[in-house]
Amino acid sequence: MNDLRELARKIRVLAIEAIYCARSGHPGGSLSAADILGVLYFEELRVDPTQPRWIDRDRFILSKGHACPALYAALALKGFFPAEDVRSLRKIDHYLEGHPDVKIPGVDAPSGSLGMGLSQGLGMALGARYGKRSFRTYVLLGDGDMQEGNTWEAFMAAGHHKVASLTAILDYNGLQGEDLVTKQMNYNPIAEKLTAFGWNVQEVDGHNIDQLRAALAAARSECDRPSFILARTVKGKGVEFMENQQVWHGSSTLTNEQYQQSLKGLEA
Amino acid sequence: MEGPTYWKIGDQISLRDAFGRALTSLGSIRDDFVLFDADVAGGTGAKPFVQAFPEKVVQFGIAEQNMMAAAGGFADTGIIPVVTTFAAFGTMRAHEQFRTAIAYPGRNVKLCCSHIGVDVGPDGPTAQMLEDLATIRAVPGVTVVVPADANQMLQALPAILDHPGPVYMRIGRSPAPVITPADSSFNIGKASRLRGGNDVTLIATGVMVARALAAAENLASDGIEARVINLSTIKPLDKEELLQAAIETGALVTAEDHSVLGGMGSAVAEFLAETHPVPISFVGVRDRFGKSGEPEELARLFGLTAEDIQKAAKSVIVRKKA
Ligand SMILES: Cc1ncc(C[n+]2csc(CCOP(=O)(O)OP(=O)(O)O)c2C)c(N)n1
Repeated sequence: MNDLRELARKIRVLAIEAIYCARSGHPGGSLSAADILGVLYFEELRVDPTQPRWIDRDRFILSKGHACPALYAALALKGFFPAEDVRSLRKIDHYLEGHPDVKIPGVDAPSGSLGMGLSQGLGMALGARYGKRSFRTYVLLGDGDMQEGNTWEAFMAAGHHKVASLTAILDYNGLQGEDLVTKQMNYNPIAEKLTAFGWNVQEVDGHNIDQLRAALAAARSECDRPSFILARTVKGKGVEFMENQQVWHGSSTLTNEQYQQSLKGLEA
Repeated sequence: MEGPTYWKIGDQISLRDAFGRALTSLGSIRDDFVLFDADVAGGTGAKPFVQAFPEKVVQFGIAEQNMMAAAGGFADTGIIPVVTTFAAFGTMRAHEQFRTAIAYPGRNVKLCCSHIGVDVGPDGPTAQMLEDLATIRAVPGVTVVVPADANQMLQALPAILDHPGPVYMRIGRSPAPVITPADSSFNIGKASRLRGGNDVTLIATGVMVARALAAAENLASDGIEARVINLSTIKPLDKEELLQAAIETGALVTAEDHSVLGGMGSAVAEFLAETHPVPISFVGVRDRFGKSGEPEELARLFGLTAEDIQKAAKSVIVRKKA
Protein backbone atom coordinates (compact mmCIF):
# COMPACT_ATOMS: atom_id res chain seq x y z
CA MET A 1 0.00 0.00 0.00
CA ASN A 2 2.72 2.47 1.02
CA ASP A 3 4.69 1.18 -1.89
CA LEU A 4 1.90 1.93 -4.30
CA ARG A 5 1.50 5.44 -2.95
CA GLU A 6 5.19 5.98 -3.46
CA LEU A 7 5.00 4.58 -6.97
CA ALA A 8 2.09 6.86 -7.84
CA ARG A 9 4.08 9.78 -6.48
CA LYS A 10 7.02 8.81 -8.67
CA ILE A 11 4.71 8.61 -11.68
CA ARG A 12 3.61 12.16 -10.96
CA VAL A 13 7.18 13.41 -10.57
CA LEU A 14 8.33 11.79 -13.81
CA ALA A 15 5.28 13.02 -15.70
CA ILE A 16 5.86 16.59 -14.57
CA GLU A 17 9.53 16.28 -15.43
CA ALA A 18 8.63 15.06 -18.92
CA ILE A 19 6.18 17.91 -19.51
CA TYR A 20 8.64 20.47 -18.16
CA CYS A 21 11.42 19.24 -20.46
CA ALA A 22 9.07 19.06 -23.46
CA ARG A 23 7.76 22.56 -22.72
CA SER A 24 4.33 21.20 -23.68
CA GLY A 25 1.94 18.39 -22.79
CA HIS A 26 -1.07 17.83 -20.56
CA PRO A 27 -0.32 17.90 -16.84
CA GLY A 28 -3.86 18.03 -15.37
CA GLY A 29 -5.14 14.77 -16.78
CA SER A 30 -1.78 13.05 -16.31
CA LEU A 31 -1.81 13.77 -12.60
CA SER A 32 -5.44 12.72 -12.14
CA ALA A 33 -4.67 9.31 -13.66
CA ALA A 34 -1.48 8.59 -11.72
CA ASP A 35 -2.96 6.47 -8.92
CA ILE A 36 -5.02 4.41 -11.35
CA LEU A 37 -1.95 3.78 -13.50
CA GLY A 38 0.07 2.89 -10.42
CA VAL A 39 -2.39 0.25 -9.25
CA LEU A 40 -2.77 -1.14 -12.76
CA TYR A 41 0.92 -1.43 -13.59
CA PHE A 42 2.18 -2.50 -10.19
CA GLU A 43 -0.58 -4.81 -9.07
CA GLU A 44 -3.12 -5.65 -11.68
CA LEU A 45 -1.63 -6.03 -15.14
CA ARG A 46 0.13 -9.22 -16.09
CA VAL A 47 2.87 -7.72 -18.23
CA ASP A 48 6.55 -8.42 -18.69
CA PRO A 49 8.86 -5.51 -19.49
CA THR A 50 11.42 -7.91 -20.95
CA GLN A 51 8.83 -9.10 -23.50
CA PRO A 52 6.66 -6.08 -24.29
CA ARG A 53 4.90 -7.94 -27.11
CA TRP A 54 4.27 -11.18 -25.21
CA ILE A 55 1.05 -12.46 -26.78
CA ASP A 56 -0.61 -13.43 -23.50
CA ARG A 57 0.05 -10.17 -21.68
CA ASP A 58 -2.83 -8.21 -20.27
CA ARG A 59 -3.62 -5.28 -22.55
CA PHE A 60 -3.86 -1.68 -21.45
CA ILE A 61 -5.11 1.20 -23.53
CA LEU A 62 -4.85 4.82 -22.50
CA SER A 63 -7.79 6.11 -24.48
CA LYS A 64 -7.25 9.62 -23.10
CA GLY A 65 -3.91 9.60 -24.89
CA HIS A 66 -3.01 13.16 -23.95
CA ALA A 67 -2.21 11.83 -20.45
CA CYS A 68 0.70 9.80 -21.86
CA PRO A 69 3.34 11.52 -19.73
CA ALA A 70 1.89 9.54 -16.79
CA LEU A 71 1.69 6.35 -18.88
CA TYR A 72 5.31 6.71 -20.02
CA ALA A 73 6.31 7.33 -16.40
CA ALA A 74 4.54 4.14 -15.28
CA LEU A 75 6.10 2.14 -18.12
CA ALA A 76 9.55 3.50 -17.29
CA LEU A 77 9.18 2.68 -13.58
CA LYS A 78 7.99 -0.79 -14.52
CA GLY A 79 11.17 -1.26 -16.53
CA PHE A 80 9.99 -1.00 -20.15
CA PHE A 81 12.56 1.72 -20.84
CA PRO A 82 14.95 3.92 -18.85
CA ALA A 83 13.40 6.66 -16.71
CA GLU A 84 15.79 9.24 -18.23
CA ASP A 85 14.02 8.76 -21.55
CA VAL A 86 10.93 10.61 -20.36
CA ARG A 87 13.00 13.81 -20.44
CA SER A 88 12.99 13.44 -24.23
CA LEU A 89 9.20 13.42 -24.50
CA ARG A 90 8.00 15.05 -27.73
CA LYS A 91 11.54 15.59 -29.04
CA ILE A 92 12.12 15.16 -32.73
CA ASP A 93 14.98 12.66 -32.42
CA HIS A 94 13.22 10.53 -29.83
CA TYR A 95 10.64 7.76 -29.72
CA LEU A 96 8.39 9.11 -26.94
CA GLU A 97 5.76 10.76 -29.11
CA GLY A 98 3.41 13.46 -27.81
CA HIS A 99 0.61 10.89 -27.83
CA PRO A 100 0.83 7.09 -27.43
CA ASP A 101 2.40 5.17 -30.29
CA VAL A 102 2.76 1.39 -30.53
CA LYS A 103 6.43 1.78 -31.40
CA ILE A 104 6.94 2.60 -27.71
CA PRO A 105 7.67 -0.52 -25.62
CA GLY A 106 4.65 -1.33 -23.47
CA VAL A 107 2.17 0.79 -25.44
CA ASP A 108 -0.60 -1.43 -26.80
CA ALA A 109 -2.62 1.03 -28.85
CA PRO A 110 -2.31 4.41 -30.53
CA SER A 111 -4.48 7.16 -29.05
CA GLY A 112 -4.72 10.91 -28.90
CA SER A 113 -7.85 11.13 -30.94
CA LEU A 114 -10.44 10.61 -28.24
CA GLY A 115 -13.11 7.94 -28.47
CA MET A 116 -11.25 5.05 -30.11
CA GLY A 117 -9.71 3.36 -27.10
CA LEU A 118 -12.66 1.33 -25.89
CA SER A 119 -13.31 -0.14 -29.32
CA GLN A 120 -9.69 -1.19 -29.65
CA GLY A 121 -9.90 -2.77 -26.20
CA LEU A 122 -13.15 -4.49 -27.13
CA GLY A 123 -11.41 -5.95 -30.16
CA MET A 124 -8.55 -7.25 -28.05
CA ALA A 125 -10.95 -8.81 -25.55
CA LEU A 126 -12.98 -10.44 -28.33
CA GLY A 127 -9.72 -11.68 -29.84
CA ALA A 128 -8.76 -13.24 -26.52
CA ARG A 129 -12.09 -15.05 -26.36
CA TYR A 130 -11.86 -16.20 -29.97
CA GLY A 131 -8.25 -17.37 -29.59
CA LYS A 132 -8.91 -18.96 -26.18
CA ARG A 133 -6.37 -16.75 -24.46
CA SER A 134 -6.74 -15.79 -20.84
CA PHE A 135 -5.46 -12.23 -20.84
CA ARG A 136 -7.59 -9.33 -19.64
CA THR A 137 -8.01 -5.93 -21.28
CA TYR A 138 -8.15 -2.58 -19.50
CA VAL A 139 -9.07 0.78 -20.97
CA LEU A 140 -8.64 4.12 -19.23
CA LEU A 141 -11.18 6.65 -20.46
CA GLY A 142 -11.46 10.41 -19.99
CA ASP A 143 -14.56 12.56 -19.98
CA GLY A 144 -13.86 13.36 -23.59
CA ASP A 145 -14.03 9.70 -24.53
CA MET A 146 -17.41 9.47 -22.84
CA GLN A 147 -18.80 12.12 -25.19
CA GLU A 148 -17.68 10.46 -28.41
CA GLY A 149 -20.31 8.33 -30.11
CA ASN A 150 -17.68 5.71 -30.93
CA THR A 151 -17.35 4.95 -27.22
CA TRP A 152 -21.09 4.31 -26.92
CA GLU A 153 -20.97 1.90 -29.83
CA ALA A 154 -18.30 0.03 -27.88
CA PHE A 155 -20.33 0.11 -24.66
CA MET A 156 -23.26 -1.36 -26.54
CA ALA A 157 -21.21 -4.08 -28.24
CA ALA A 158 -19.29 -5.11 -25.13
CA GLY A 159 -22.54 -5.48 -23.18
CA HIS A 160 -24.18 -7.35 -26.02
CA HIS A 161 -21.26 -9.76 -26.41
CA LYS A 162 -20.87 -10.12 -22.63
CA VAL A 163 -17.17 -9.39 -22.80
CA ALA A 164 -16.30 -10.04 -19.17
CA SER A 165 -12.54 -9.75 -19.67
CA LEU A 166 -12.90 -6.08 -20.52
CA THR A 167 -12.61 -3.44 -17.81
CA ALA A 168 -13.10 0.24 -18.52
CA ILE A 169 -11.99 2.78 -15.95
CA LEU A 170 -13.22 6.34 -16.21
CA ASP A 171 -10.90 9.03 -14.88
CA TYR A 172 -13.75 11.31 -13.86
CA ASN A 173 -12.13 14.59 -12.90
CA GLY A 174 -15.08 16.68 -13.99
CA LEU A 175 -13.04 19.06 -16.13
CA GLN A 176 -12.43 18.68 -19.83
CA GLY A 177 -10.54 20.74 -22.41
CA GLU A 178 -12.22 24.09 -21.98
CA ASP A 179 -14.64 23.88 -19.08
CA LEU A 180 -16.58 21.71 -16.64
CA VAL A 181 -18.01 18.50 -18.06
CA THR A 182 -21.42 19.53 -16.72
CA LYS A 183 -21.17 22.74 -18.77
CA GLN A 184 -19.68 21.38 -22.00
CA MET A 185 -21.65 18.16 -22.42
CA ASN A 186 -23.05 16.33 -19.44
CA TYR A 187 -23.22 12.57 -19.88
CA ASN A 188 -24.35 11.83 -16.34
CA PRO A 189 -25.90 9.90 -14.71
CA ILE A 190 -23.60 7.24 -16.00
CA ALA A 191 -24.21 4.23 -13.73
CA GLU A 192 -27.82 3.82 -14.84
CA LYS A 193 -26.94 4.11 -18.52
CA LEU A 194 -24.17 1.56 -18.44
CA THR A 195 -26.10 -0.85 -16.26
CA ALA A 196 -28.81 -0.74 -18.90
CA PHE A 197 -26.12 -1.48 -21.50
CA GLY A 198 -25.23 -4.67 -19.62
CA TRP A 199 -22.17 -3.48 -17.72
CA ASN A 200 -21.20 -4.07 -14.11
CA VAL A 201 -20.73 -0.56 -12.74
CA GLN A 202 -18.75 0.37 -9.64
CA GLU A 203 -17.84 3.75 -8.25
CA VAL A 204 -14.63 4.53 -6.38
CA ASP A 205 -12.37 7.35 -5.23
CA GLY A 206 -9.73 7.27 -7.96
CA HIS A 207 -7.02 8.33 -5.55
CA ASN A 208 -7.84 5.63 -3.01
CA ILE A 209 -5.64 2.62 -3.68
CA ASP A 210 -7.71 0.19 -1.59
CA GLN A 211 -10.90 1.12 -3.37
CA LEU A 212 -9.28 0.83 -6.78
CA ARG A 213 -7.78 -2.52 -5.85
CA ALA A 214 -11.13 -3.86 -4.63
CA ALA A 215 -12.99 -2.69 -7.71
CA LEU A 216 -10.44 -4.32 -10.01
CA ALA A 217 -10.72 -7.56 -8.05
CA ALA A 218 -14.49 -7.48 -8.37
CA ALA A 219 -14.16 -6.88 -12.10
CA ARG A 220 -11.91 -9.92 -12.37
CA SER A 221 -14.54 -12.13 -10.79
CA GLU A 222 -17.27 -11.10 -13.26
CA CYS A 223 -18.23 -13.96 -15.58
CA ASP A 224 -20.56 -12.46 -18.14
CA ARG A 225 -20.47 -8.69 -17.92
CA PRO A 226 -17.83 -6.14 -18.84
CA SER A 227 -16.87 -3.90 -15.92
CA PHE A 228 -16.95 -0.15 -15.65
CA ILE A 229 -15.18 1.59 -12.80
CA LEU A 230 -16.15 5.20 -12.32
CA ALA A 231 -13.11 6.64 -10.58
CA ARG A 232 -13.69 10.08 -9.11
CA THR A 233 -10.47 12.05 -9.38
CA VAL A 234 -9.07 15.56 -9.12
CA LYS A 235 -7.52 17.09 -12.21
CA GLY A 236 -3.97 18.13 -11.39
CA LYS A 237 -3.97 15.94 -8.24
CA GLY A 238 -0.83 16.29 -6.16
CA VAL A 239 0.34 19.68 -7.38
CA GLU A 240 -1.62 22.20 -5.39
CA PHE A 241 -1.63 25.07 -7.86
CA MET A 242 -2.83 22.74 -10.63
CA GLU A 243 -5.66 21.06 -8.76
CA ASN A 244 -9.03 21.68 -10.40
CA GLN A 245 -7.53 24.46 -12.53
CA GLN A 246 -8.70 24.47 -16.13
CA VAL A 247 -5.55 26.20 -17.41
CA TRP A 248 -3.47 23.15 -16.55
CA HIS A 249 -5.40 20.92 -18.94
CA GLY A 250 -3.19 21.18 -21.95
CA SER A 251 -0.10 22.13 -23.87
CA SER A 252 1.37 23.83 -20.86
CA THR A 253 4.80 25.34 -20.68
CA LEU A 254 5.93 25.17 -17.07
CA THR A 255 8.28 27.90 -15.90
CA ASN A 256 11.28 26.74 -13.93
CA GLU A 257 9.66 28.17 -10.81
CA GLN A 258 6.41 26.26 -11.40
CA TYR A 259 8.42 23.13 -12.06
CA GLN A 260 10.35 23.44 -8.79
CA GLN A 261 7.14 24.20 -6.94
CA SER A 262 5.49 21.09 -8.43
CA LEU A 263 8.37 18.88 -7.36
CA LYS A 264 8.32 20.34 -3.88
CA GLY A 265 4.58 19.72 -3.58
CA LEU A 266 5.08 16.13 -4.70
CA GLU A 267 7.78 15.53 -2.12
CA ALA A 268 5.39 16.03 0.76
CA MET B 1 -18.72 49.19 -37.06
CA GLU B 2 -14.99 49.14 -37.70
CA GLY B 3 -13.32 46.23 -39.38
CA PRO B 4 -10.55 44.23 -37.77
CA THR B 5 -7.05 45.64 -37.35
CA TYR B 6 -4.54 44.16 -39.78
CA TRP B 7 -1.00 43.14 -38.92
CA LYS B 8 2.25 44.59 -40.23
CA ILE B 9 4.22 42.80 -42.91
CA GLY B 10 6.86 40.70 -41.21
CA ASP B 11 4.95 40.17 -37.95
CA GLN B 12 4.85 36.57 -36.79
CA ILE B 13 1.19 35.70 -36.19
CA SER B 14 -0.54 32.38 -35.81
CA LEU B 15 -3.42 31.97 -38.23
CA ARG B 16 -5.61 30.63 -35.48
CA ASP B 17 -5.18 33.93 -33.64
CA ALA B 18 -6.18 35.72 -36.83
CA PHE B 19 -9.17 33.39 -37.12
CA GLY B 20 -10.27 34.41 -33.61
CA ARG B 21 -9.91 38.10 -34.47
CA ALA B 22 -11.81 37.69 -37.73
CA LEU B 23 -14.64 35.79 -36.03
CA THR B 24 -14.95 38.32 -33.25
CA SER B 25 -15.05 41.32 -35.54
CA LEU B 26 -17.67 39.65 -37.73
CA GLY B 27 -19.68 38.67 -34.66
CA SER B 28 -20.57 42.28 -34.01
CA ILE B 29 -21.59 43.09 -37.57
CA ARG B 30 -23.27 39.94 -38.85
CA ASP B 31 -26.08 37.84 -37.55
CA ASP B 32 -26.04 35.11 -40.15
CA PHE B 33 -23.66 32.62 -38.52
CA VAL B 34 -23.08 30.70 -35.30
CA LEU B 35 -20.02 28.84 -34.07
CA PHE B 36 -20.12 25.08 -33.55
CA ASP B 37 -17.44 23.94 -31.10
CA ALA B 38 -16.35 20.54 -29.77
CA ASP B 39 -14.44 21.57 -26.62
CA VAL B 40 -11.46 22.97 -28.49
CA ALA B 41 -12.12 26.71 -28.80
CA GLY B 42 -8.73 27.41 -27.23
CA GLY B 43 -7.03 25.18 -29.78
CA THR B 44 -8.78 26.45 -32.90
CA GLY B 45 -8.36 30.10 -31.91
CA ALA B 46 -12.12 30.69 -31.57
CA LYS B 47 -11.93 31.45 -27.85
CA PRO B 48 -12.18 35.27 -28.08
CA PHE B 49 -15.41 34.83 -30.05
CA VAL B 50 -16.79 32.38 -27.48
CA GLN B 51 -16.04 34.90 -24.75
CA ALA B 52 -17.53 37.84 -26.65
CA PHE B 53 -20.61 36.08 -28.05
CA PRO B 54 -21.52 33.10 -25.88
CA GLU B 55 -25.06 33.24 -27.26
CA LYS B 56 -23.71 32.61 -30.77
CA VAL B 57 -22.01 29.36 -29.83
CA VAL B 58 -23.38 25.83 -29.83
CA GLN B 59 -21.28 23.52 -27.69
CA PHE B 60 -21.31 19.86 -28.73
CA GLY B 61 -18.77 18.46 -26.30
CA ILE B 62 -16.15 16.12 -27.71
CA ALA B 63 -18.40 14.56 -30.34
CA GLU B 64 -17.36 15.67 -33.80
CA GLN B 65 -19.51 13.32 -35.84
CA ASN B 66 -22.64 14.53 -34.10
CA MET B 67 -21.53 18.14 -34.47
CA MET B 68 -20.93 17.70 -38.20
CA ALA B 69 -24.22 16.05 -39.09
CA ALA B 70 -26.06 18.51 -36.82
CA ALA B 71 -24.42 21.34 -38.75
CA GLY B 72 -25.99 19.97 -41.92
CA GLY B 73 -29.42 20.08 -40.32
CA PHE B 74 -28.86 23.48 -38.77
CA ALA B 75 -27.79 25.02 -42.09
CA ASP B 76 -31.11 23.91 -43.48
CA THR B 77 -32.77 26.56 -41.30
CA GLY B 78 -30.91 29.42 -42.97
CA ILE B 79 -28.19 30.24 -40.44
CA ILE B 80 -24.60 29.34 -41.28
CA PRO B 81 -22.82 26.96 -38.91
CA VAL B 82 -19.10 27.71 -38.68
CA VAL B 83 -17.92 24.29 -37.56
CA THR B 84 -14.58 24.33 -35.77
CA THR B 85 -12.30 21.55 -34.60
CA PHE B 86 -8.88 20.10 -35.33
CA ALA B 87 -8.49 18.97 -38.93
CA ALA B 88 -7.99 15.31 -38.00
CA PHE B 89 -11.40 15.20 -36.33
CA GLY B 90 -13.22 17.47 -38.75
CA THR B 91 -11.98 16.12 -42.07
CA MET B 92 -11.43 12.46 -41.23
CA ARG B 93 -13.32 11.33 -38.16
CA ALA B 94 -16.47 13.15 -39.24
CA HIS B 95 -15.71 12.84 -42.92
CA GLU B 96 -18.75 10.87 -43.92
CA GLN B 97 -21.05 13.14 -41.94
CA PHE B 98 -19.49 16.04 -43.85
CA ARG B 99 -19.89 14.28 -47.16
CA THR B 100 -23.41 13.00 -46.76
CA ALA B 101 -25.13 15.53 -44.49
CA ILE B 102 -23.38 18.66 -45.79
CA ALA B 103 -21.72 18.32 -49.20
CA TYR B 104 -24.22 16.03 -50.90
CA PRO B 105 -27.25 18.25 -50.18
CA GLY B 106 -25.00 21.30 -50.85
CA ARG B 107 -25.64 22.81 -47.46
CA ASN B 108 -24.20 26.11 -46.39
CA VAL B 109 -21.68 25.00 -43.76
CA LYS B 110 -18.20 26.40 -43.20
CA LEU B 111 -15.81 23.85 -41.79
CA CYS B 112 -12.82 25.66 -40.27
CA CYS B 113 -10.09 23.38 -38.97
CA SER B 114 -6.89 24.07 -37.13
CA HIS B 115 -4.03 21.65 -36.39
CA ILE B 116 -2.91 20.99 -39.94
CA GLY B 117 0.32 19.66 -41.33
CA VAL B 118 3.44 19.05 -39.28
CA ASP B 119 3.21 22.72 -38.32
CA VAL B 120 1.16 21.40 -35.34
CA GLY B 121 4.46 20.38 -33.72
CA PRO B 122 4.95 18.44 -30.47
CA ASP B 123 1.44 16.95 -30.17
CA GLY B 124 2.59 14.50 -32.81
CA PRO B 125 1.02 12.36 -35.53
CA THR B 126 -2.50 11.95 -34.14
CA ALA B 127 -2.96 15.72 -34.07
CA GLN B 128 -1.00 16.53 -37.24
CA MET B 129 -3.14 16.32 -40.33
CA LEU B 130 -1.42 15.55 -43.61
CA GLU B 131 -4.35 14.14 -45.54
CA ASP B 132 -7.14 16.69 -45.10
CA LEU B 133 -6.74 18.32 -48.50
CA ALA B 134 -6.85 14.89 -50.12
CA THR B 135 -9.98 13.72 -48.31
CA ILE B 136 -11.93 16.95 -48.55
CA ARG B 137 -10.89 17.81 -52.10
CA ALA B 138 -12.31 14.51 -53.30
CA VAL B 139 -15.82 15.43 -52.16
CA PRO B 140 -17.86 16.98 -54.98
CA GLY B 141 -18.88 20.60 -54.74
CA VAL B 142 -16.70 21.59 -51.81
CA THR B 143 -14.69 24.81 -51.89
CA VAL B 144 -11.28 24.53 -50.22
CA VAL B 145 -9.55 27.64 -48.91
CA VAL B 146 -6.10 27.93 -47.32
CA PRO B 147 -5.06 31.40 -46.20
CA ALA B 148 -1.30 31.97 -46.21
CA ASP B 149 -1.02 34.51 -43.44
CA ALA B 150 -2.94 36.34 -40.73
CA ASN B 151 -3.99 39.24 -42.93
CA GLN B 152 -5.41 36.88 -45.54
CA MET B 153 -7.34 35.09 -42.82
CA LEU B 154 -9.08 38.34 -41.87
CA GLN B 155 -10.38 38.59 -45.42
CA ALA B 156 -10.91 34.90 -46.05
CA LEU B 157 -13.46 34.41 -43.30
CA PRO B 158 -16.02 36.98 -44.51
CA ALA B 159 -15.39 35.74 -48.06
CA ILE B 160 -16.23 32.15 -47.21
CA LEU B 161 -19.31 33.24 -45.25
CA ASP B 162 -20.48 35.07 -48.36
CA HIS B 163 -19.70 32.10 -50.59
CA PRO B 164 -22.73 29.80 -50.81
CA GLY B 165 -22.38 26.09 -50.13
CA PRO B 166 -19.90 23.92 -48.25
CA VAL B 167 -16.47 25.40 -47.66
CA TYR B 168 -13.44 23.92 -45.92
CA MET B 169 -10.84 26.30 -44.54
CA ARG B 170 -7.45 25.19 -43.25
CA ILE B 171 -6.00 27.16 -40.33
CA GLY B 172 -2.32 27.04 -39.33
CA ARG B 173 -1.28 26.86 -35.71
CA SER B 174 2.28 28.05 -35.18
CA PRO B 175 3.27 31.68 -35.80
CA ALA B 176 3.74 32.47 -39.49
CA PRO B 177 5.13 35.63 -41.09
CA VAL B 178 2.66 38.19 -42.38
CA ILE B 179 3.31 38.59 -46.10
CA THR B 180 0.15 40.15 -47.55
CA PRO B 181 -0.55 43.85 -47.17
CA ALA B 182 -3.73 44.92 -45.40
CA ASP B 183 -5.32 46.35 -48.52
CA SER B 184 -4.97 43.30 -50.78
CA SER B 185 -8.26 41.66 -51.66
CA PHE B 186 -9.16 38.02 -51.18
CA ASN B 187 -11.16 36.32 -53.88
CA ILE B 188 -12.17 32.69 -53.62
CA GLY B 189 -10.93 30.85 -56.69
CA LYS B 190 -8.24 33.43 -57.48
CA ALA B 191 -4.58 32.77 -56.92
CA SER B 192 -2.24 35.68 -56.29
CA ARG B 193 1.05 36.18 -58.04
CA LEU B 194 3.46 37.44 -55.41
CA ARG B 195 6.54 37.64 -57.59
CA GLY B 196 7.27 37.62 -61.29
CA GLY B 197 9.74 35.37 -63.09
CA ASN B 198 9.89 33.07 -66.10
CA ASP B 199 12.41 30.35 -65.24
CA VAL B 200 10.14 28.32 -62.96
CA THR B 201 6.96 28.81 -60.95
CA LEU B 202 6.72 28.07 -57.25
CA ILE B 203 3.11 27.34 -56.34
CA ALA B 204 2.64 27.32 -52.61
CA THR B 205 -0.16 27.21 -50.10
CA GLY B 206 -0.49 28.03 -46.39
CA VAL B 207 2.74 28.29 -44.40
CA MET B 208 4.69 27.26 -47.51
CA VAL B 209 3.99 30.57 -49.26
CA ALA B 210 6.40 32.52 -47.09
CA ARG B 211 8.98 29.77 -47.60
CA ALA B 212 8.47 29.88 -51.36
CA LEU B 213 9.10 33.64 -51.31
CA ALA B 214 12.31 33.07 -49.38
CA ALA B 215 13.30 30.35 -51.85
CA ALA B 216 12.67 32.73 -54.78
CA GLU B 217 14.94 35.36 -53.20
CA ASN B 218 17.72 32.82 -52.90
CA LEU B 219 17.18 31.50 -56.41
CA ALA B 220 17.44 35.06 -57.72
CA SER B 221 20.91 35.34 -56.29
CA ASP B 222 21.80 32.25 -58.35
CA GLY B 223 20.38 33.97 -61.41
CA ILE B 224 17.11 32.03 -61.49
CA GLU B 225 13.95 34.08 -61.72
CA ALA B 226 11.14 32.22 -60.02
CA ARG B 227 7.51 33.21 -60.23
CA VAL B 228 5.70 32.75 -56.91
CA ILE B 229 2.01 31.99 -56.68
CA ASN B 230 -0.01 31.87 -53.49
CA LEU B 231 -2.65 29.25 -54.24
CA SER B 232 -5.08 30.13 -51.48
CA THR B 233 -7.99 28.29 -53.07
CA ILE B 234 -7.27 24.63 -53.73
CA LYS B 235 -10.73 24.05 -55.13
CA PRO B 236 -11.85 25.40 -57.51
CA LEU B 237 -8.42 26.02 -59.01
CA ASP B 238 -7.46 29.29 -60.65
CA LYS B 239 -7.02 27.58 -64.00
CA GLU B 240 -6.04 30.69 -65.89
CA GLU B 241 -3.16 31.53 -63.56
CA LEU B 242 -1.92 27.93 -63.52
CA LEU B 243 -2.09 27.55 -67.26
CA GLN B 244 -0.21 30.78 -67.75
CA ALA B 245 2.47 29.64 -65.32
CA ALA B 246 2.84 26.32 -67.13
CA ILE B 247 3.04 27.96 -70.55
CA GLU B 248 5.28 30.87 -69.61
CA THR B 249 7.69 29.20 -67.20
CA GLY B 250 7.55 25.58 -68.38
CA ALA B 251 8.33 24.06 -64.99
CA LEU B 252 6.58 24.09 -61.63
CA VAL B 253 7.24 23.34 -58.01
CA THR B 254 4.28 22.83 -55.70
CA ALA B 255 4.81 23.28 -51.97
CA GLU B 256 2.42 22.32 -49.18
CA ASP B 257 2.51 21.25 -45.54
CA HIS B 258 0.50 18.14 -46.48
CA SER B 259 1.09 14.75 -47.99
CA VAL B 260 2.17 14.84 -51.64
CA LEU B 261 -0.55 12.23 -52.17
CA GLY B 262 -3.79 13.90 -53.13
CA GLY B 263 -3.05 17.40 -51.94
CA MET B 264 -2.59 20.76 -53.64
CA GLY B 265 0.25 19.52 -55.84
CA SER B 266 -1.92 16.66 -57.03
CA ALA B 267 -4.72 19.10 -57.83
CA VAL B 268 -2.38 21.23 -59.92
CA ALA B 269 -0.92 18.17 -61.66
CA GLU B 270 -4.35 16.71 -62.44
CA PHE B 271 -5.37 19.91 -64.13
CA LEU B 272 -2.16 20.47 -66.09
CA ALA B 273 -1.84 16.86 -67.19
CA GLU B 274 -5.02 17.39 -69.20
CA THR B 275 -4.26 20.87 -70.46
CA HIS B 276 -0.57 21.70 -70.67
CA PRO B 277 1.74 19.07 -69.17
CA VAL B 278 5.06 20.40 -67.87
CA PRO B 279 7.54 18.91 -65.40
CA ILE B 280 6.45 19.36 -61.78
CA SER B 281 8.36 18.79 -58.57
CA PHE B 282 6.31 18.18 -55.44
CA VAL B 283 7.43 19.55 -52.09
CA GLY B 284 5.38 17.99 -49.31
CA VAL B 285 5.38 15.06 -46.93
CA ARG B 286 6.32 11.84 -48.70
CA ASP B 287 3.84 9.11 -47.82
CA ARG B 288 4.53 8.92 -44.11
CA PHE B 289 2.97 9.90 -40.81
CA GLY B 290 4.19 12.88 -38.83
CA LYS B 291 6.01 12.80 -35.53
CA SER B 292 6.53 14.96 -32.47
CA GLY B 293 8.99 17.82 -32.64
CA GLU B 294 9.14 21.59 -32.99
CA PRO B 295 7.54 22.96 -36.18
CA GLU B 296 10.83 24.21 -37.67
CA GLU B 297 12.62 20.96 -36.88
CA LEU B 298 9.79 19.02 -38.47
CA ALA B 299 9.89 21.23 -41.54
CA ARG B 300 13.53 20.24 -41.92
CA LEU B 301 12.93 16.56 -41.25
CA PHE B 302 10.06 16.36 -43.72
CA GLY B 303 11.70 18.44 -46.42
CA LEU B 304 9.46 21.50 -46.19
CA THR B 305 11.96 24.34 -45.90
CA ALA B 306 12.80 27.16 -48.31
CA GLU B 307 16.00 25.24 -49.18
CA ASP B 308 13.94 22.19 -50.12
CA ILE B 309 11.87 24.36 -52.44
CA GLN B 310 15.05 25.81 -53.98
CA LYS B 311 16.45 22.35 -54.60
CA ALA B 312 13.20 21.21 -56.15
CA ALA B 313 13.20 24.29 -58.39
CA LYS B 314 16.71 23.59 -59.65
CA SER B 315 15.93 19.96 -60.33
CA VAL B 316 12.71 20.70 -62.17
CA ILE B 317 14.36 23.30 -64.38
CA VAL B 318 16.75 20.58 -65.57
CA ARG B 319 13.73 18.56 -66.66
CA LYS B 320 12.26 21.43 -68.69
CA LYS B 321 11.66 20.61 -72.33
CA ALA B 322 14.18 22.26 -74.60
C1 LIG C 1 -11.54 13.31 -31.12
C2 LIG C 1 -10.87 14.37 -30.34
N1 LIG C 1 -11.45 15.58 -30.24
C3 LIG C 1 -10.81 16.58 -29.58
C4 LIG C 1 -9.60 16.37 -29.00
C5 LIG C 1 -8.84 17.51 -28.34
N2 LIG C 1 -8.73 17.28 -26.90
C6 LIG C 1 -7.64 16.74 -26.33
S1 LIG C 1 -7.80 16.53 -24.68
C7 LIG C 1 -9.36 17.19 -24.69
C8 LIG C 1 -10.15 17.28 -23.44
C9 LIG C 1 -10.25 15.95 -22.79
O1 LIG C 1 -10.93 16.01 -21.59
P1 LIG C 1 -10.89 14.77 -20.62
O2 LIG C 1 -11.14 13.53 -21.38
O3 LIG C 1 -11.78 15.10 -19.48
O4 LIG C 1 -9.39 14.75 -20.18
P2 LIG C 1 -8.76 14.91 -18.74
O5 LIG C 1 -9.54 15.94 -17.99
O6 LIG C 1 -8.86 13.58 -18.08
O7 LIG C 1 -7.35 15.32 -19.03
C10 LIG C 1 -9.71 17.58 -25.99
C11 LIG C 1 -10.97 18.22 -26.36
C12 LIG C 1 -9.03 15.08 -29.13
N3 LIG C 1 -7.82 14.80 -28.63
N4 LIG C 1 -9.69 14.11 -29.79
